[in-house]
Amino acid sequence: MRALDPRPAGIALPGMILHAVKHAAIAALLAVGVFLPLIGLRTTTNIRNELTLETRWPLLFTLVALVAAASLANSLIIAPWRAHRAAHPKPPSTAAGRFGTAFSRWFSPFAIGFVTVYPMLALWLTGTGAVKWVDNFGIQILIYVMLGFGLNIVVGLAGLLDLGYAAFYAVGAYSYALTAKTFGLSFFELLPIAGLLAACWGILLGFPVLRLRGDYLAIVTLAFGEIIRLVLINWVPVTNGYAGISGIPRPTFFGIPFTASKTGFAAVFGLPFSPIYRSIFLYYIILALVLVTAFVTIRLRRLPIGRAWEALREDETACRSLGINTTNTKLTAFAIGAMFGGFAGSFFAARQGFISPESFTFLESATIVAIVVLGGMGSQIGVAIAATGMIGGTEILRELDFLKAVFGNDFDPTQYRMLLFGLAMVLIMIWKPRGLIATREPSVVLTKRKAISGALVKEGHG
Amino acid sequence: MTAAPVPLLEVEHLTMRFGGLVAVSELCFTAHRSEITALIGPNGAGKTTVFNCITGFYKPTEGRIALAHGDQALWAELDRLTLGGERKLARKDGTLFLLERMPEYLVAHHARVARTFQNIRLFSGMTVLENLLVAQHNPLMLASGYTLLGVLGLGGYGRAERAALDKARGWLERIELLDRADDPAGSLPYGAQRRLEIARAMCTDPVLLCLDEPAAGLNPHESAALNALILSIRDREKTSVLLIEHDMSVVMEISDHVVVLDYGVKIADGTPDAVRNDTKVIAAYLGVADEEVAAAEAEVGL
Repeated sequence: MRALDPRPAGIALPGMILHAVKHAAIAALLAVGVFLPLIGLRTTTNIRNELTLETRWPLLFTLVALVAAASLANSLIIAPWRAHRAAHPKPPSTAAGRFGTAFSRWFSPFAIGFVTVYPMLALWLTGTGAVKWVDNFGIQILIYVMLGFGLNIVVGLAGLLDLGYAAFYAVGAYSYALTAKTFGLSFFELLPIAGLLAACWGILLGFPVLRLRGDYLAIVTLAFGEIIRLVLINWVPVTNGYAGISGIPRPTFFGIPFTASKTGFAAVFGLPFSPIYRSIFLYYIILALVLVTAFVTIRLRRLPIGRAWEALREDETACRSLGINTTNTKLTAFAIGAMFGGFAGSFFAARQGFISPESFTFLESATIVAIVVLGGMGSQIGVAIAATGMIGGTEILRELDFLKAVFGNDFDPTQYRMLLFGLAMVLIMIWKPRGLIATREPSVVLTKRKAISGALVKEGHG
Repeated sequence: MTAAPVPLLEVEHLTMRFGGLVAVSELCFTAHRSEITALIGPNGAGKTTVFNCITGFYKPTEGRIALAHGDQALWAELDRLTLGGERKLARKDGTLFLLERMPEYLVAHHARVARTFQNIRLFSGMTVLENLLVAQHNPLMLASGYTLLGVLGLGGYGRAERAALDKARGWLERIELLDRADDPAGSLPYGAQRRLEIARAMCTDPVLLCLDEPAAGLNPHESAALNALILSIRDREKTSVLLIEHDMSVVMEISDHVVVLDYGVKIADGTPDAVRNDTKVIAAYLGVADEEVAAAEAEVGL
C-alpha cells in the first residue's frame, strides 16, 4: 500500500487527483488481468455434453470497478490522512487509553453474559427460526472458540506451530463415536476418556517432533494430521472408512433423550416437541466446555508450567540454562492442547450424530490456525473474536440471499469464503501483524499491571 | 582468602573437538568454593566452549568435569564414580556430580550451576518479575503439585509463590530494578539487562555461577556497579563465580584466581598478580617483537 503512495502530503490538488487516477487505472488494469480468466470467463458443459465458454462481464466489471474505487479512495483519502497523522502524531490520547482499559476490563464479563442469554434472546427474537441461530451460529462458533483456545496453548503460549490440530479433533470425535456405540456409555462419561485419548496422541506426536523447530515442525505436524485422516479412511473395519460412523448416541438430559417419543424431553416436561430444546441443551454444554477451557488456560498461565511455556516461546536455550526440562514442558503443551481438541471433537460427534474423515481435513486445521493467528497469539479474547468473525462470517454468507437479486440467480456467496478469508488475512497482516489483540498480559504483577507490546513478544520458532 | 581453598569444580583433561578443530585441549583447572575464578584469553581461545562444556550445553570429546556439594571427603570417591558409570554420587552430607554426563537442564537443576550468556538471553516479552519467577520454576513446580494441584487451587502453591515473589523482589532491589519490575525485560537498557540476567541466574540458588562476559558493552560506571554485585554474590550468597571477561579492570579487581587460555590451551593459572606478569600471557595478549616470535612460540608450545 505504501509503495503506491510516494507523494508527500500537501501536494497541489490537481496533481494529486491525476496521480490518483493514474494509480487507479493501473490497479484496474491489473484487476482485469487477474479476474478476466478467473471470473470473466467460465466453461460449462451444456445439455449436449459440449464444453461452452460463458462470459460474466457484469460481475467482472463490478469487481474491477471496486478495485479502482478502492485504489482511488486509498490515494485520495486514506493515504493523505495517514500522512497527515504521521506528520502530526497525536499525543497518546487519554480517552483512547481509558477506552482500552475499559475494554479489557469489561469485555470478558459482557461477552460471557451475552453468550449465556444468547439462546433465550434468539428464541425471543426469531421464534421458531431460533434453531438456526443457536445451532449454526452459536454452537458452531463455540466449537471453534474451544478449538482456538486449545491450539492457543500450543501455538500462542508455547510457540510450537501445529498445523495438524484437526487430528486431535478427529481423535476426540472417533473416540467418542466408537466407545459410545460399543460400550453404550453416556456422553459425560466418555468426555474425559476422549480428552485423555487425544492427550495421549498429543504426546505421541510430541515425541518425534521434540527436536524440530519452525518450518520443519510445521511440516511434520501437518503430515501427522494427514496420517490420522488417512488411517481413518483406510482402517475400514474400525472406522468404516469414507462412509463414516452414523447413529452416534446423542447427549441426554440426565437420561431423558431429546426425542418426540413419550419419554422424550418435551413429553416429560409437558412441552410441545421442538428440535430447539436439544440445540439449546447442546449450546450450554459447549458453552460450559469453552468456559472451563478458558478458566483452566488462565490458571495454567499463572502456574509455573504456563510461565515455562511462554519462556520456551521466548528463548529455549535460556530455559534449559535455568533447569527447565524443555522436553516435558513441550509434551505437556502438546498434551493439554490436544486434550481440549479431543473434548471439542467428542462434542462435535455427539452433536452431529454422524462423523466421517471429511470433517477433519487440512482445511479444518488451517481454519483453527487462522483463528489463533488472527486473534493474536496467546490472547483468549482475540481468539474468541476471531472465531466469531471467521465462523460467524461463513454462516452469514449463507444468509446473503438478496445478493442473488444483484448478481443473478446462480451467484453463491459462500463460494467466496476463501477469498474473503484471504483478504482478511492480508488486511490483518498489513495493519495488525500481531493479530487483533497484539499485547500480552503479564501473568504476575508486583505493583502495576501494564500490557506488553507485541513488538517485544517473540512468536516462537519451534 | 585466609582459610585453605576448598575445591568446588574440578576440570580435568577437558578436550573439545569440532570436526578437525580442537577448540579446547587438555584443559585442567580447579575452581574453589566462595572464590571468583576468571577465565581469560584472546578472542577464539575457547573460553565459551569451556563454559558450554561445564554447563552441559556441549558434551566434551574427552575429559572429566566434577563438582561437589557439601562434604569434601566425597572427592575420594571420584574415580570410583567415574568407573561406575553413574552421573552422581549422593550421600546425606553431600553429592558429587560428573557434569559431562548430565544434560544441561540437570546441570542447572541438580548440580546447581547457573549461567548467563555472552549475547543476553532474557525472556524479552515477559516482565522483569516474570523472568525471575521462571528461574524459580523447579521449586514452584513442586509446590504446584506438578500443575495438578495448582489448577485445582489445592496445596501450598499460593505460599510458595509469595515466597518466590519475595525472593524476586529482594534481587530486584539489589540490582536496582524494583521500579521496573512490571516492565517487559526487552525494554530495559543494556546494562540493566545484563544485571537482570545475573539476578535471574541467581534466583535458581546456584552453588556456581558462570558469567560469560558480564561487563561487555557496559560503561565504566556500570562496570564498577557490576564488580560490586559480583563481589556481593561471593560474599553474601557464598556462591562461587566462574567468569569469562575481556575487561581487565573487572578481572584484575575482583578475581581470586585467573586461568588464561590461548588457542584452547591453558597458558597460565594463578593469582591476578602472577598472571599479569606472566610472559606467556603478555605474549598472547600483546604479541611480541618480531625477533622474539620464535622464542615466544617455542615457549607457548606452538
